[in-house]
Amino acid sequence: MDLLSSRDLFIHINNFGYLMSVNVSMESSFQNNPNLTERNYLGLSDCSSVDSSNVPSISEVNKNSLNLKATELRLGLPGSQSPERDPESTLTSAEKLGEKPLFPLLPSIDGICSSSPKMVASGHKRIFTDVMDSCSQVKGLPEGNWLFSGSGSESDPSKSVAQGKLSSNSNVNGMMCSGDPPANGTTTNLSKVNTSNPPAAKAQVVGWPPVRSFRKNILATNSKNNGEVDGKPSSGALFVKVSMDGAPYLRKVDLRGYSTYQQLSSALEKMFTCFTIGPCGSQGGTGRENLSESKLRDLLHGSGYVLTYEDKDGDWMLVGDVPWDMFIGSCKRLKIMKGSDAIGLAPRATEKSKNRS
Amino acid sequence: MFHYWFLSSCKSISYGSRVKFHTRMDLNQKRARSVDPDLVSPESTTSPFPDEVLEPVLSLIDSHKDRSSVSLVCKDWYHAERWSRRHVFIGNCYSVSPEIVAGRFPKIRSVTLKGKPRFSDFNLVPEDWGADVYPWLSVLAKAYPFLEELRLKRMAVSDDSLRFLATNFHEFKALSLLSCDGFSTDGLKAIATHCKNLTELDIQENGIDDIGGDWLSCFPESLTSLQVLNFASLNSEVSFNALEKLVARCKSLRVLKVNRNINLDQLQKLLLRAPQLTELGTGTFTQDLVTRPVADLETTFGYCKNLLTLSGLWDSNSLYLPVINPACASLTFLNLSCATLLSFELTMLLMNCKSLRRLWVLDTVGDRGLEAVGSWCPLLEELRVFPADPFEQEEVAGVTESGLVSVSRGCPNLHYVLYFCHQMTNAAVATVVQNCPGFTHFRLCIMNPGQPDYQTNEPMDEAFGAVVRTCPKLQRLAVSGLLTDLTFEYIGKYAKNLEILSVAFAGSSDLGLKYVLGGCPRLRKLEIRDCPFGNAALLSGLTKYESMRSLWMSACNLTMNGCRVLAKEMPRLNVEVMKDEDSEDSQAHKVYIYRTVAGPRRDAPPFVLTL
Repeated sequence: MDLLSSRDLFIHINNFGYLMSVNVSMESSFQNNPNLTERNYLGLSDCSSVDSSNVPSISEVNKNSLNLKATELRLGLPGSQSPERDPESTLTSAEKLGEKPLFPLLPSIDGICSSSPKMVASGHKRIFTDVMDSCSQVKGLPEGNWLFSGSGSESDPSKSVAQGKLSSNSNVNGMMCSGDPPANGTTTNLSKVNTSNPPAAKAQVVGWPPVRSFRKNILATNSKNNGEVDGKPSSGALFVKVSMDGAPYLRKVDLRGYSTYQQLSSALEKMFTCFTIGPCGSQGGTGRENLSESKLRDLLHGSGYVLTYEDKDGDWMLVGDVPWDMFIGSCKRLKIMKGSDAIGLAPRATEKSKNRS
Repeated sequence: MFHYWFLSSCKSISYGSRVKFHTRMDLNQKRARSVDPDLVSPESTTSPFPDEVLEPVLSLIDSHKDRSSVSLVCKDWYHAERWSRRHVFIGNCYSVSPEIVAGRFPKIRSVTLKGKPRFSDFNLVPEDWGADVYPWLSVLAKAYPFLEELRLKRMAVSDDSLRFLATNFHEFKALSLLSCDGFSTDGLKAIATHCKNLTELDIQENGIDDIGGDWLSCFPESLTSLQVLNFASLNSEVSFNALEKLVARCKSLRVLKVNRNINLDQLQKLLLRAPQLTELGTGTFTQDLVTRPVADLETTFGYCKNLLTLSGLWDSNSLYLPVINPACASLTFLNLSCATLLSFELTMLLMNCKSLRRLWVLDTVGDRGLEAVGSWCPLLEELRVFPADPFEQEEVAGVTESGLVSVSRGCPNLHYVLYFCHQMTNAAVATVVQNCPGFTHFRLCIMNPGQPDYQTNEPMDEAFGAVVRTCPKLQRLAVSGLLTDLTFEYIGKYAKNLEILSVAFAGSSDLGLKYVLGGCPRLRKLEIRDCPFGNAALLSGLTKYESMRSLWMSACNLTMNGCRVLAKEMPRLNVEVMKDEDSEDSQAHKVYIYRTVAGPRRDAPPFVLTL
């Protein structure tokens, strides 16, 4: 993969309604980290994960000339990167399109982002930032990257999720509120404790909120509200197992509860944070942050994680390649793999994407 | 030496573990008055309470808790009680075997059976976990061929089981299935066809395979005994003709809850046939083509003078909702949880509902709607606010803390609340419980896990501290939001009457669970998910679990070893771990612990390990 060329290619897949990567300062980041290796499956620079995470705060990122890294999975040539975008337009176009950053890949990408550590600051960003600061390598946070991707909402998690939701409802960007770039940084910390910010993006955990299934689609099935919310398919939940290397047990997520990769990413982030950071559940705010940061630093030197899924054919693919609907139609299970394990997946994803494009 | 207590005093007997007592009894004992001289005082032979007196007196006691107390007084009373018991309540189908039940109670006519842990409602229990009703039915068929009532909750019920039930119990009258799964409408066909004396068919919220609505047409023309018919949760259309005829010939029908396919015109016809109804669940409450004036329907509602409960009301809006006004004044329970009403619609409705005791609504009514509740329903005792869109990310929608506060101000008798919201503050909860100190059930769900007080950003510890301190009668508590161990310290210390506790995404360390297990003397059911409680906490409750029905812990920090230690120390508990394929062998991801006299499950699927 030619990293440099990938960085310039930005594929804007509007018609699928999902976000193409935004690679803003890939170049700069790349330059900052010459030892970036082709970690991600696309052979992209490692910024991808950071990219996704930063997407919501693209504006910030861009401001700081953080590479937004295109990373995220995208259609098109592997290693292709979106060209640098103007933050505002990036954000709005992304939102307009209802696109959400695809799953970030490796932490290494985060490493790339180290050039603008502060940026990442909001919420997960905060952790990310710290990590970045202390990390000179590409290897990024295990949980951070792909976690962050979901967070576009970080700065304003609820809103971005809302946006995501709206877009999912309309199914194709239409409703995406363009104007609401999750601008601020504070964030939603992984720990869900955010002393000065709006609550973290709601992750859809299995069985939460504790509402019986027959109640879940009342709005969707009520004739009065047909125009507003119809995004929830009444076909029932689609539970897939999510496993993570090194985690003691599996989780399950209901793919139908999400409409974009970003939402899924946020949810998984919440779920698996505890495996990388420590005890689950909410902790005292500061205590948790400290814990997170130190643990994160410890993890920095480990390899990053990638989100992959097993499709109907039994192949393990990287998440984010295909439009969301296609993804949930073919996804059988999810796995958060170590980045190093995922490298082998690259060719396939590439091929499949090549076939598509 | 035993003393004979008067009947009234037996209620105040506090008894120890029922488990111990059952295992010691010889279940084949005859109905003798003085069987064991060591246990019974010499005076028993000239007891002032001969069986002929005792049994009829005891037969007046309905509460199963009281009956358990009675049975522990002495052997005579134990036998008198077992012979006079007509209804048995089994809260956990695995805590006892059907053979033991049949052996102890010879004359049962009604059985209530509960199976899966409550979190199975939220998909936390894998399919095929168990709680199959069939093994029970086959024993019950032999022991109680004249069984009349069966009420099942969270059991796995197959069509074969329903067919078996319909054909083996010739006096069968009442079937109630709540949250069960595994059956289809074919099973209902069997019930409708064969149960000649059916008085009750109550199908609620089940995982049912709805193949078609023709089950209803299987009720024979000769069936006139139906009193309760609830098929609101079924999706397929039934034959309206068959339904109308059924309603017309069942003069004792008092509860009718139809499904959404029944339209307003059809509803009107049904109401004209059954003005005596006390509970009505409507179908869809709007229509495109109006064939009769709305006023007609309103008049018809006026004929239903006995209506106490109203539910259904799908798709209702301000055009049609007013037709129920004539019935509103006497309503005591209004279930609007299927109707996406806005605040003004609810307000208009509630202005007429002065007698309301129980109200279920969706959060589409907003805080404004809840203000109306506080203003117009002073007798309200129970409020449930469900999220119309549980995964709604937009914070603006739904209800907030101020809605709950307004209700508490206007409704001093409020003692049951189930409230789903996006934000809450410690101060608001404290105000609510000050206004309504009589809470027995306080279930608060702040939908974003681990969310702090949104105004102060502090944990919600003080909110629940206020609840347990201010409400001495609290029996059931569900906590949410950002909570540290302090919440549990409060609970353990103050919640003396707490019986059911639900915890999710809360706590900071083992201490949290230790506080609860060290306090809460009346705790029966504890369900925990996604909390940082580990083995030390689990084992601190060693002696408590036999006095509880069950403990559920999932996604906590338990390991297999910890569970093994518990299992070893407490042989009368079943310590079951549910394994996920890829989970590490050492972690115990889902643990379900319950007391039992039936020993380890014999029907456990491969993923359930009994330690």
